[in-house]
Amino acid sequence: MPDSVSSSRTRTVPPLAETPRRVAILRKLHGRPTARGTLIILAVLALIIMIAPFFAPQNPYDLANLSIMDGRLPPRSTAMDGHMYLMGTDDQGRDMFSAILYGIRISLLVGLSAVAIATAIGSFVGLLAAYVGGRIDAALMRLVDFVLGFPSILVALVLLAVLGRGVDKVILALVLVQWAHYARIMRGRALQERRKEYVEAAMNLGFPAWRIMLVHLLPNCVGPILVYATVQIAHAIALEATLSFLGVGVPITEPSLGLLIANGFQYLLSGDYWISLFPGLALLFLILTINILGDRLRESLDPRR
Amino acid sequence: MALFILRRLIQSLFVLLAVSIVVFFAVYAVGDPIELLVSPEASLADRQQMIARLGLDLPVWQQYAGFMWRALHGDMGTSFVQGVPAISLILQRLPATFELVVAAMLMTCVFGIPLGLLAGLRRDTALGRGILATSVLGFSLPAFWLGMMLILMFAVWLGWLPASGRGDTVSVLGVPFSFLTRDGLAHMAMPALNLALANVALILRMTASGVAEAESQEYVKFARAKGIRPRRIVNRHILRNILIPVVTVVGLEFGQLIAYSTITETVFAWPGMGKLLIDSVYQLDRPVVVAYVMFVTFLFVVINLIVDIMYAALDPRVQLSAPAH
Repeated sequence: MPDSVSSSRTRTVPPLAETPRRVAILRKLHGRPTARGTLIILAVLALIIMIAPFFAPQNPYDLANLSIMDGRLPPRSTAMDGHMYLMGTDDQGRDMFSAILYGIRISLLVGLSAVAIATAIGSFVGLLAAYVGGRIDAALMRLVDFVLGFPSILVALVLLAVLGRGVDKVILALVLVQWAHYARIMRGRALQERRKEYVEAAMNLGFPAWRIMLVHLLPNCVGPILVYATVQIAHAIALEATLSFLGVGVPITEPSLGLLIANGFQYLLSGDYWISLFPGLALLFLILTINILGDRLRESLDPRR
Repeated sequence: MALFILRRLIQSLFVLLAVSIVVFFAVYAVGDPIELLVSPEASLADRQQMIARLGLDLPVWQQYAGFMWRALHGDMGTSFVQGVPAISLILQRLPATFELVVAAMLMTCVFGIPLGLLAGLRRDTALGRGILATSVLGFSLPAFWLGMMLILMFAVWLGWLPASGRGDTVSVLGVPFSFLTRDGLAHMAMPALNLALANVALILRMTASGVAEAESQEYVKFARAKGIRPRRIVNRHILRNILIPVVTVVGLEFGQLIAYSTITETVFAWPGMGKLLIDSVYQLDRPVVVAYVMFVTFLFVVINLIVDIMYAALDPRVQLSAPAH
C-alpha cells in the first residue's frame, strides 16, 4: 500500500521539511487509480487536441469542405463521398466528430487561459493584502466581498452583453468573475504563513517586500490555490459553454462545445438529437475528469488523511 | 441585534451605490449614451429631446445625480422594443421567475436532505457510496445541456411533458401563477427539476458530510450509550445540528437560483425575468438590460442581508456586534 508507506514517512519527518511532504503527496496521488486514470485521460485529450488538424476526418471551418447535401445526417451514415460520419452531421453538413475535436480545443483554451490569468491576479491581490495588512487589506477585501456578492454567471452575462462576442472577451469576463476567489484563499493562507519564523527571519535580513512575498511566502501558500485552480478549470469551461449557449460567448467562427450544443438546440424538437448530444457528452466528460482529478488532489493534500 | 442590522443596512446601501456608479459609468460615461439609450430609429428631433431630458449637456456629477434621481423614482428608461417602461416589464415577469425558483428550492430540500441523510448514515454501503458518486454528476452536468436532454427524453421521445412555455395560469390577486393548474404543473416540472439539480447535489453532500461529522461527536455517542432509539438520535441530535448550515446554504442559493434561472428559462422558454434579459440582449434593448442589472442588484443586496440576519438569529455563536467576516 503506497498510502501507508507515504503517511508513515510524513510522520517521521519533522514538520519543517517541506520537500518530502510534496513527494509524499505526489506518491499518494499516483497511488490512487482514479487519479492516475484522470491524469492519463487528460494527457490523451491534450494529445488529441494538439494533433486534431491531422487527425480529424474533416476541417470543420473550411466551408469548401462541407456539403449542404450532407446536412443533418444521423450518426454512422455515409457521406456523398463515401466516408462515414461517426457522430452525424449538423445543419451545414459539418462532421460532428471533427467539430467536437476542434470544439474541445477552444473550450480548453478559454478555460485554461482564464484560470491562469485569474490565479495570477487573485494570488497577487491576496498576497499583497495579507502582507501589507491594514487599510489596504481592508479595502481589497471589501472589493473581493463586493465581487463575490453577485453570481458569476450573471456578472459575466451582463459584461458580455455590453462587450460583445469574442474569445478574448469571454476570457476577460471569466477572469473578472473568478479572481476574487483566489484572492480570498491566498490571503487566508498567507496570513497563516506570515506569522511563521522564516518570514520574520527574512524581514530581519532586510529583504525587500516583493522578495519576501514572491520567494518566501508564495511557494508556501501555493498548494490550496492549485487545488482550487484545478477545479476552477472545469468551472470556467462550463461557464464558457453556458455563455456561448446563451449567445454571448465565443463567435460562430470559433465554435466551442457550448456553441455546438446551442446550434443543435433548434433541431432537438424534431428529434435530431446527435447535434446536441455528442458535444454535450464531450463537455460532460471533460468537466467530470477535471472535477475528479481536483477531488483527488484535495484529498491527497489534506493533512488529516 | 438592532445595531447589527443597522450596520448591515448601511453596508448594503454602499453596495447599491457602488453598483449604480459602475452601471452609470458603463452606460453614460464610457459608451455613447445616445447610442445606448435612444432607439436607432429615433428621429433627429427625438434625439435632441432625449439629450435635453437626460441632461447630457450637464457636468458628469450632475448627470449621475439625475440618473440616481430617476432610478429612485422607478424610471429606468423605456424599452425600445415594447415602448413601455423597462421596470414594469421586469416586474411583470417577476412572478414567473419567483414561482420557478421556489419550486426548485422545494425540490432541493425534498430530495437533497433525505438523500444526504441516507448517504451519510449508510456511507459504508454500496447505496451510500453510489448516492455520493452520482452527486458528482450534479455538479459536472452543465445545466443548459441537462435541460435539453430532459426535453429530449420527456418531451420528444416519451412525450410525457410539454417542452416549453408556462401552460395554463390562474390569477391570484391579479398575479398569474402556474402551480395551481394541472397543465401549469406539467409545464413546471422539467424546468424546476433542471434548476434544482445542482443544488440537490450540493445540499446532499453537505448533509452527508454533516451527518458523518456529527456521528463522531461526543453528544451522539452519549445519546447512543443512553440507549436512545436510533430514529430519535437522527431526528433530535444529528439533524438539528446540521440543519443550520444547510438552511443557510439553501437561503444563499436563492440568489444563485435567480441567476441560473436565466439559463433554465432560455432552454424551456419560461417567460420569466431571465428570458426577458436574454431576449433584450439579443434585441439590443439596452434600457431593459440596465433596469434588470439594477433590479437584480437590489434583490441580491436584500437577499444577502436577510441571509446574514437569519444566520445570526439561528446560530447563537455568531457575534452580532462584530462585523461578519
